[in-house]
Amino acid sequence: MMWKPRRKKRDGLRRLLPIREQKDSGRGVFTRRALLIMAVQTAALGELGRRLYDLQINSGDHFAKLADRNRTSTRLLAPPRGLISDRFGTVVAANRTNWRALLLPEETTDVEGTIERFSSFIPLEERDSTRIARELRHKRKFVPVMLREFLSWDEMARIELNSPSLPGVMIDVGTTRSYPLGPLLAHTVGYVGPPNEQDVAKSTLLALPGMRVGRAGIEQSQDQLLRGQAGSVQMEVNSVGRVMSELDRQDGTPGDELALTLDVGLHQAVQNRIGDMAASAVVMDCRNGEVLAMCSTPSFDPSLFDSGVSRAQWAEWTSDQRTPLIDKTVAGVYPPGSTFKPAVALAALKAEVITPTDRFFCPGHYDLGGARFHCWAKHGHGSVDLHLALKYSCDVYFYEVAHRLGMERLADTSHALGLGTKLDIELPHQRAGLIPTPAWRQKHKHHWNGGDTIVSGIGQGFVQVTPLQLATYTSRIATGRAVQPHLVRAVNGEIGAQIDPQHWPEMDLNPHMLKAVREGMYAVVNEQHGTAPKARLNLPGITMAGKTGSAQVRRVSRAMRESGHFNSANLPWEYRPHALFICFAPYDDPRYAVSVVIEHGNAGAEVAAPLARDIMTDTLLRDPVNHKTAPGQTVANAD
Amino acid sequence: MTTPAPAGRFRKRLLRAEPSFRIFSKLWQVSWLYVLLICALAGVGYVALYSAGGGSARPFAGPQAMRFGFGMVTMITLAMLPPRILTKLAIPLYGMSIVLLVAVLRMGHVGKGAERWIMLAGTQVQPSEYAKVALALMLATWFARVPYAKMGNPLRLIVPAILVLIPVGLVLKEPNLGTAVIIGGIGASMFFAAGMRLWQIVLLAVPVPFLLKLAYAHLHDYQKARITTFLHPENDPLGAGYNIIQSKIALGSGGMWGQGYLHGTQGQLNFLPEKQTDFIFTTIAEEWGYAGGVAVIGLLLVLILGGMMMAIRSRNRFGRLLALGISVNFFLYCLVNLSMVMGAIPVGGVPLPLVSYGGSAMLNVMIGFGLLMSVWVHRNSRYGEETDEDA
Repeated sequence: MMWKPRRKKRDGLRRLLPIREQKDSGRGVFTRRALLIMAVQTAALGELGRRLYDLQINSGDHFAKLADRNRTSTRLLAPPRGLISDRFGTVVAANRTNWRALLLPEETTDVEGTIERFSSFIPLEERDSTRIARELRHKRKFVPVMLREFLSWDEMARIELNSPSLPGVMIDVGTTRSYPLGPLLAHTVGYVGPPNEQDVAKSTLLALPGMRVGRAGIEQSQDQLLRGQAGSVQMEVNSVGRVMSELDRQDGTPGDELALTLDVGLHQAVQNRIGDMAASAVVMDCRNGEVLAMCSTPSFDPSLFDSGVSRAQWAEWTSDQRTPLIDKTVAGVYPPGSTFKPAVALAALKAEVITPTDRFFCPGHYDLGGARFHCWAKHGHGSVDLHLALKYSCDVYFYEVAHRLGMERLADTSHALGLGTKLDIELPHQRAGLIPTPAWRQKHKHHWNGGDTIVSGIGQGFVQVTPLQLATYTSRIATGRAVQPHLVRAVNGEIGAQIDPQHWPEMDLNPHMLKAVREGMYAVVNEQHGTAPKARLNLPGITMAGKTGSAQVRRVSRAMRESGHFNSANLPWEYRPHALFICFAPYDDPRYAVSVVIEHGNAGAEVAAPLARDIMTDTLLRDPVNHKTAPGQTVANAD
Repeated sequence: MTTPAPAGRFRKRLLRAEPSFRIFSKLWQVSWLYVLLICALAGVGYVALYSAGGGSARPFAGPQAMRFGFGMVTMITLAMLPPRILTKLAIPLYGMSIVLLVAVLRMGHVGKGAERWIMLAGTQVQPSEYAKVALALMLATWFARVPYAKMGNPLRLIVPAILVLIPVGLVLKEPNLGTAVIIGGIGASMFFAAGMRLWQIVLLAVPVPFLLKLAYAHLHDYQKARITTFLHPENDPLGAGYNIIQSKIALGSGGMWGQGYLHGTQGQLNFLPEKQTDFIFTTIAEEWGYAGGVAVIGLLLVLILGGMMMAIRSRNRFGRLLALGISVNFFLYCLVNLSMVMGAIPVGGVPLPLVSYGGSAMLNVMIGFGLLMSVWVHRNSRYGEETDEDA
């Protein structure tokens, strides 16, 4: 051993712990105090060890839970929205795959350069560029920014081909709602839009990106069914929220698939018949209330609502007198005019204030308390019973009937027939219309005049109904059953019970009363001097019953009437009467009911009746309720 | 009498003739067991930094290992220096550290509110780290000339008190509360061990509460915020309390045996702030559990107590005090850092010696161990004791 101090064997401990020295050199004090410090050090680290035990073992579970909550993040997956099809499976609302180009800013060193190169392959609009710049500023580096959506195959190929010069650009697939038929069913099917804050407050599901809320039509009323259940994916995230790995995934349930009662082919045919008039037409299966077509023209393109409507487009819609955004079949209210007369007749028969054979004399006018109410035929119809009154559409007869009947009973029966009341149709924004009563008038602080009852008898005055109500009312007269119009035929392929006519209750009306009214409506179309000979069907063996209506939108003054030259066709468009027609066919075994309302069409018999006849002809020839697949369409897969 | 080894005459002559033999014999005197423990601690650091780097030697573990290698050489070199040379180095080193502290106040860069550093020879240097070791050396040098018998004279304590207060004041001004407390602690322990009389201690202790009150009034807002946050960390879970809460969560989720190496969710997913520097212990305890945490604490305690034993074993006053100062420095490092990550004291930028990532702290600690080892190697030297025995 080299250079080793001499070891004194006898005082080993003293060398190790020199607590006392012979001379007080301070070494003893030092040792004692150093030992004290060592004790403090040991105690301090021991205390830390104990504290660590507390944290790790005693409250370990608690903290472990917190750590788990830290590291996992559950994200919901947007379920695909349910498809909507017509009764034969033609898709009317679908989810379109939307290929998008995204940019992940953190994966490129030169964001501006990448975007510039991208725009040289696929041009970006000014609007897109500003949006991208804004998103780049606000989003975090690992959140992708959408560059362009709705890429075509060609554009995607261009991106893939140039991917080496486009670092951070990736292609991603999402969905948007599409309406393959465009404006055709816009009112009925409706459209979707991004959820607003109130929607999100009601359902957190809607907070997911890509979720849409129905904003009109079936999309709105059946939103809950169409929405589906969200799936969820559990992910491991780091402290800034970047996804590190996927731990668990549960796919959501897609929204229910709805099959509507509509027949798109028939709907298209009806649309073609109407052309560009401001009009509406409803075709119903009068035995069970299935709506086969409901047209409201003009229409709009519903897919514009998903991506955002331009200001110019909106201005065009709102300034159009023909109100393209309003579904006239359920939200357009019109005085029913003479189409109301069957309801008045039924109410009077039910109240037994008349019998079908009671005759009244029509001199061309009806006087009540100094007021004179004119019949549309200046010189009167002479002596008429119910049958003739309906056939000629004699106003004076129904003035008298209404006068005898009184408003309350008329209103009750009208409501029972589906007029002036909300129906069960699956459409939002439905208007109830109105059958006025003295009580309603008093509520609005007005006196009910006897004359108000008289004009109600011919569907004028305050009476207001919708085209759908007219079709429903026609169906109820035709079948005697209180059918309700409906649009949803099947959910996920399961057809509901309402398809069976027996599902609908019989109305509280004696069959002979209904028969008398139906015969009157038959006469309107098929007998000599009926008001609607033009509505006669040109089909062998099938006849139709109907009723015309011309509803004034402005009171015709005495001066105008007495001038002798009055002709409503000379009025400006918006003051001309509405033209209405209701009908059902075949007369002897009613299957279809049609209502037509042409806004400011002037005369029901001239304009609405031929249109209704054509629609009924189309319907009968197609006969959609008796087909399993769309008529006139060869099934591609059939062997 | 002063020369230690009364070996054979031949050997004595040989040693005088050939200095390299002396180096060998001195190297033999180095406590290699202690060096092994130091290496073990650095190994813990390497393993933890490898995990903090996401299971990779880059960017932390590799450079840190290089620094440790360099520090090891520095340590062994310093261990060869006898007290005579160390005392000569004391005043220049101390002076330099004060100059650096002043310089850093004037033109230093501030990192994260308190850590002040300046660029020196192309590297970032934190003068407050060096001030600790320089102060321990300076005080040991001073007290070596003040024998125990004369410690009763208060006038003898004025100069060392000033020697302590200058760096404390400068560091407080930075402001770095944690380091100031450590420097003050080193000074206090050395005063105590040097043999201050009890009445002097009592006299000094009385005004401390008042001074503390005064000091709190002069604390920076962020320092006050740290204290309030420490008392109520839940009030500000994403702000000032974030560090403490996340650190506690990480510790707690470790349990007894830990989440497994490289599988600590808090650390690997970056929830832990400063996981490679101040909060490295949290990473260890999360991945290795209580068992690992206690093992590290035990290793630290062995190193501390070993240093203290070296102090006691030294036969010269200089060595005793120097070794004690260095050991207390090391102890306070560990105490402040561990208390901080366990949420026992307010957070302050104090690393865990040899484990945390960082150059200044590593080199400072290794210089400290070098001085400690020098004390051990020269434990039987009677340097500076002549006056003591003559008196």
